[in-house]
Amino acid sequence: MKTSSSGLKGMICTSAITVLFAACVAFAAPVGLPPVPVPADNPITPEKVKLGDKLFHDTRFSTTGEVSCATCHDKAKGFADGLPVSEGINKLKGTRNAPTIINAAYLHTQFWDGREPSLESQSAQPFLNPVEMGLKDHEPILKIVRSDPEYSNLFDNAFGKTGNQITMTEVKQALGTFERTLISGNSPFDQYYFKGDKTAMSPAAVRGLEVYVGQGRCVSCHRIEQTQALFTDNRFHMIGVSANQMPKDLDELSAAVQNVKEKGTDIAVLSNPQTSSLGRFAVTEDLTDIGAFKTPTLRNIELTAPYMHDGSHKTLEEVVTFYNNGGRLDEADPVPELLSGGIRPLNLTEAQQADLVAFLKALTSPEFAQK
Amino acid sequence: MSMNRRAFLKTTGAGLMASAFPISLVKLAFGGQDPSRDFTFGYISDAHIQQVKGTQFVRNWDMGLIRAVREANLLTPRPDFFMFGGDLAQLGKKEELDHGLEIMSSLRGKVRYVIGEHDYYLDLGKYWQEKISPLYYSFDHKGVHFVVLNSILTYHKWTYETWSSPMDRMLAMARLDNPQGSPFMVGDQQIAWLKKDLAKINQDTPVVVFSHSPIQKIFKPWNFWTQDAEKVQALLKPFEKATVIYGHVHQIQYNQIGNITFHAVMATAWPWPYPETYSQSASCLPKITVPMNRADPFFERDATGWQFVDMQSGKTAMHYQLPDNRNRTIAFDAATGKPQDVTYQDYSRRIPPQTHY
Repeated sequence: MKTSSSGLKGMICTSAITVLFAACVAFAAPVGLPPVPVPADNPITPEKVKLGDKLFHDTRFSTTGEVSCATCHDKAKGFADGLPVSEGINKLKGTRNAPTIINAAYLHTQFWDGREPSLESQSAQPFLNPVEMGLKDHEPILKIVRSDPEYSNLFDNAFGKTGNQITMTEVKQALGTFERTLISGNSPFDQYYFKGDKTAMSPAAVRGLEVYVGQGRCVSCHRIEQTQALFTDNRFHMIGVSANQMPKDLDELSAAVQNVKEKGTDIAVLSNPQTSSLGRFAVTEDLTDIGAFKTPTLRNIELTAPYMHDGSHKTLEEVVTFYNNGGRLDEADPVPELLSGGIRPLNLTEAQQADLVAFLKALTSPEFAQK
Repeated sequence: MSMNRRAFLKTTGAGLMASAFPISLVKLAFGGQDPSRDFTFGYISDAHIQQVKGTQFVRNWDMGLIRAVREANLLTPRPDFFMFGGDLAQLGKKEELDHGLEIMSSLRGKVRYVIGEHDYYLDLGKYWQEKISPLYYSFDHKGVHFVVLNSILTYHKWTYETWSSPMDRMLAMARLDNPQGSPFMVGDQQIAWLKKDLAKINQDTPVVVFSHSPIQKIFKPWNFWTQDAEKVQALLKPFEKATVIYGHVHQIQYNQIGNITFHAVMATAWPWPYPETYSQSASCLPKITVPMNRADPFFERDATGWQFVDMQSGKTAMHYQLPDNRNRTIAFDAATGKPQDVTYQDYSRRIPPQTHY
């Protein structure tokens, strides 16, 4: 990871300043990103990062011994997997597209429906989902990390704990810490916008930025701020994706809600496309949230096709067409009934749409740019 | 629906269905004195369907009504009936009324209509009466007497002798703060009908009046006003429980005048700001608890919505369904003898208005 001295400017570590200071130096925010928020009870240390890295890539935490976190969050694929929906053990398919975990540290909630509040709490769920890593409980993980000599060392260094002192709390903290270091900014856009390098983006991308903040209205949710750009508002919107899978009537909605209550959100939404289509509603039961999904970041978006929560859009061009038609790939399709009020036809010309795509491709960080 | 699910629904029964359903839509029990008379009805209002040209209509207003209908279809248990509170159209055109009716046609359940000035002033209610509803009428349901008024009439001279075309008249009435505007009224003919209609009703029978304009005087320049409101109020005075539910104002309002409880309903189209106090006559409206300003113009449904109404032994609880905002409930409070916001009435719970810079 590249670090930038300018990223240190104005950096505030809210707690445990002396411990964190070293961490902040090591993981200083790159151009265009704020300092990484770090929970007070889980400061970043190099030892924890090293441990988390190993846990993240360990396939032994799945029933088949073939799937790790990195299976679906593959560094070579922008920490996503390039599939419409992810495949876990025995090629079992879920219902949702693996989001990149680059910059996930900045998100206020985790998962497409925001059902977990932190990287730590998120990290424990895929182990147990039948279509992901398939474990019945976390015991097999603890058995391995408590007995494997390499892990013993790593946990001892990171937490000062060995044997039965090691619990899922430490596993989750190490995974969260590793993910918190996957921070990436400094894209051509960042150089152009925050550093004033007018040559950093192509003329098409510069025109695309105009569309992005203007007629395209992208910036309303994928936010760019004065000194930083997370490209998300951390909110949930029903933009029309998979609208045709949504419960059509009360019976179907009740059945989907019942499914969530019986199986728990994590298992229910990944095993049934209709339940998945509830989006944020499965968490809040608020009607505004029916079919609403979290605004994802757009950083490194070029690397993480296909797009949307169900991977239903193959290319960025398709995504732009979808928004231009007001939440439909095909203009002849009906407008989804519960569409967010923010989604409306944009009347962009072909040229504007092409410029917008050029701009989106200027959001790739240099360390991930295809050589 | 698959056979499995059908079987499932049959065997699980109503109790589980209720628990499986979002709490926001489950009828709240207020402990009415006579449960056999307790029921719920839905209320959608002020859709302002507006034709751009040909088959093109203003998307935003369409989407508001479509959302309300779609959400109302999820209401469980099903309401006994629905009301539409007026201003289905923006400029009273057949095309607008037809398009609005088409959207309303997917609403599951009986719908009754109240006419608004935007539906009326083009053809003076001709198409409305042919296609939709009488202009004023009454009906009874589970021991409650309901009256629908056409409260948006005005002076004969203004209506018939002022304008060069029906559309001029429509546009004049559609304009706010119009110096050439004219106040709404129920009119003596209809008041005479109302007097007769109510004469048949026992005074212990709960009476609910549906009107488009408030049957109380709030703000004249926007016609949040009915010129002869006092005459209607006088006819309601003998009843133990009287309620007026009105549209037009596109915001939550509630008030108590003597025995009469007043509630406004939300619009599906757009919100109005709460008007400044108008000093022509003293307003006894309580202070608004949650100003319905729109925090972010991006969320075009914010500060719009629809509602369902619980009738509990003749008293009303309004459940406002507010997309992109917090749902609210205004219920009659027996202790204070007034309608109150069940969450935000207490001063410490109120949401301060935003400051716009």
